[in-house]
Amino acid sequence: MRVLMFGWEFPPHITGGLGTACFGMTKGLLKNQVEVLFVVPKAYGDESQEAVRIVNASDITLDVTKEDKKYFDENFSYMEINSSIFPYASPETFTEIIHEERQTEVASISRVFSEKFEFSGKYGDNLMEEVSRYALVGGKIASRHNFDVIHAHDWLTYSAGIAAKHATGKPLIVHMHATEFDRSGENYNENVYNIEKQGMEAADRVITVSNLTRNIVINKYGIDPEKVVTVHNAVEPVDKKVLEIKKHVKEKIVTFLGRITFQKGPEYFIEAAYKILQKDKNVRFVMAGTGDLMEKMIKRVAKLKIAEHFHFTGFLKGDDVDRMFGMSDVYVMPSVSEPFGISPLEAMRSNVPVVISKQSGVAEVLQHAMKVDFWDIDAMADAIYGLLHYQSLSNSFIKYGMEEVDNLKWEIASQKIAAVYKDIVDIKNKNS
Amino acid sequence: MRSICMYFQVHQPVQLRKYRFFDIGDSNYYYDDYQNKHTVKRLSENCYIPANEIIKALIAQYPERFNVAFSMSGVAVEQFQKYAPEVIESFKELAQTGNVEFLSETYAQSLLSLGDISEFERQVKAHSSLIKEVFGQQPVTFRNTELIYSNNIAEKVQEMGFKNMITEGAKQTLGWKSPNHVYKSSVAPELNLLLRNYRLSDDISFRFSQQNWSEWPLTAEKYVEWINNSDENEPILNLFMDYESFGEYNKEDSGIFEFLRSFPEMLIDTGKWEFGKPSRITEVHKAVGEIDVPYVISWADEEKDITAWLGNDMQQQVFQSLNKVAPIMATCTDKILLRDWNYLQASDNFYFMSTKWFSHVAVQHYRNPYASPYEAFLNYMNIISDFLIRVKEYAENTVKA
Repeated sequence: MRVLMFGWEFPPHITGGLGTACFGMTKGLLKNQVEVLFVVPKAYGDESQEAVRIVNASDITLDVTKEDKKYFDENFSYMEINSSIFPYASPETFTEIIHEERQTEVASISRVFSEKFEFSGKYGDNLMEEVSRYALVGGKIASRHNFDVIHAHDWLTYSAGIAAKHATGKPLIVHMHATEFDRSGENYNENVYNIEKQGMEAADRVITVSNLTRNIVINKYGIDPEKVVTVHNAVEPVDKKVLEIKKHVKEKIVTFLGRITFQKGPEYFIEAAYKILQKDKNVRFVMAGTGDLMEKMIKRVAKLKIAEHFHFTGFLKGDDVDRMFGMSDVYVMPSVSEPFGISPLEAMRSNVPVVISKQSGVAEVLQHAMKVDFWDIDAMADAIYGLLHYQSLSNSFIKYGMEEVDNLKWEIASQKIAAVYKDIVDIKNKNS
Repeated sequence: MRSICMYFQVHQPVQLRKYRFFDIGDSNYYYDDYQNKHTVKRLSENCYIPANEIIKALIAQYPERFNVAFSMSGVAVEQFQKYAPEVIESFKELAQTGNVEFLSETYAQSLLSLGDISEFERQVKAHSSLIKEVFGQQPVTFRNTELIYSNNIAEKVQEMGFKNMITEGAKQTLGWKSPNHVYKSSVAPELNLLLRNYRLSDDISFRFSQQNWSEWPLTAEKYVEWINNSDENEPILNLFMDYESFGEYNKEDSGIFEFLRSFPEMLIDTGKWEFGKPSRITEVHKAVGEIDVPYVISWADEEKDITAWLGNDMQQQVFQSLNKVAPIMATCTDKILLRDWNYLQASDNFYFMSTKWFSHVAVQHYRNPYASPYEAFLNYMNIISDFLIRVKEYAENTVKA
């Protein structure tokens, strides 16, 4: 089995969990006899290639016909004016471009230009522009390689996946790591929503990272439940470096770590902290991370007069994250909507008991965690208080938690993904 | 004539309300009254009353041949008195037939036989006087919480003056021996032991309505045939189960009540069997040997051990906390504190904190109101924290006074 996989980033160049997840998944797939051809917009050359062949989309020379170039130029210029908005009518337009190009290739219509596209591969203002260009290249790459299935990760790559499917007729699997609703709540970007919807509609199978996400996909995007499969995320086992952390305060530490945005529910953490501090002053709360709600959160903490016990660290990375976990007595993830949520697993691996919201995908796979509704501040405060005061409770979490996390292996998750590949290829073969 | 000993356990724990840490020191009422009332009412309608009617009819039909035993926790008696007095009346009628034996147990269905032994004794005595008061019988047969048993417990039970004790026919203690005889304790020679035949008991209690069971549906004919086919040299058969098996674990539409009506009838009509009271059976059938139980057993799960209640750190922490104040509670005269002490000790509270079920959710306890053992522990620990503060204050005030 050979898969052409479209991603947006790959270790070590990552801005979020997507790259890490893809890395674990490809390694797991390899163990399940699946070969992966991984396409990223810009390969730096130092990506880990132990499991995959990285194809750099920037190296692809794109041939476009005169008519297409005209169309492309018109839209391209439009894009430059307003680069943060998706400029094309629909991803299908791209597919058509690719498709026509491929069909007419034999007829050797004159090439008006031959151009290599440079992809920055970074999220930012030109994201939509890059998504479109990525799509254009997708079909081209697809026609140059041999594979059995196409697998596209998150909306950024769906257009490329669709293009590849049209170019080759191979089955397409799209992977929902997060939906636009998870990222933006009800104020979602309609263009992104449309790309997601079209990607899932064009796909032969949709893989979701949790049942929570599966339900969103079915209910909010109207995707046929029959073709939506949940494969829970996993984590890569790590050689745990034992960090000897010195805590410089005598109080217990309760930590929130993540983007300070609506989706992560930071305000519920603050309200729970307030409840606990009314009863017990021997606790410090830490909100690590940054985001658009940070200022509002600082104001709320000041208003509640708990600033002496409530600290903001700003953005943490690398060792600082490990150090923060090392100092923590309880980790809290009060997310309002979390397709999966890998950070509690990292906390558990550092022997930190976790309180997680029931509105997270990870709650579906964890047993050794306190689960509360994100809005239920009383329950959240109670869970934190219990973990701080009742030693046998925190001990149990530490005792069973590590083992539980160690069992969430990509090898097992990838087995399910490989089964999805096999299933769809078998159906394709039967029908042809 | 061969004897069948049927004993039914009647127990309803007092369910605890959601109790948060900020309630500690602020509120000392721990119970979910609405839920308790609702549960007791439902069970009395679906289970206790209809099952009692069948037992009553069987006694009327076979006054010489049909007897049964009940063990009713003190906590259950209190809840019936409060929410469903008709259940007490129904059991009183049964008691008056003379064909029903009431067993002794701890008032609170506690685990104290494994902890503070003098408080254990006090709870057993409190239960006996309650049974005497309500049903007019002085119990002579002891049944420990969850059929927990060991040599040490047997010695204590004999010392308290009981003639018989009921426990599990656990493989690890019986070895090749059959549970279908009367035995004696190896360390308490005056104490007769009746051992549960767990296969035939669980066929009714747990498997009766399991449609994926190879023997489903279990008809009275089939069950009677199994019993009749057993070795004729085995004089007794002990069927011990929760009374909630009739109408709760197995719902009315499973045919469980019809089954309860029919199989005793069929067995008695063979002329080979009678249904006896424990105290009578141990007089008729003499003990054939001794049972040595150095390690604690119970009627739970495959393992027949106590890990469902005291298997993890959380359960042990709670049990230690309770035991620590047992000496104070032994002399406590504060009625409210004593009530809480009793209600909090029920073994069910410990069971809800078990982490054993993570691997097989199917055997989850039907009464369990908690989503996870951690939630159960958290809630219980908050309550215990408040309770322990009150006990401490009580002790300090008593010393001063």
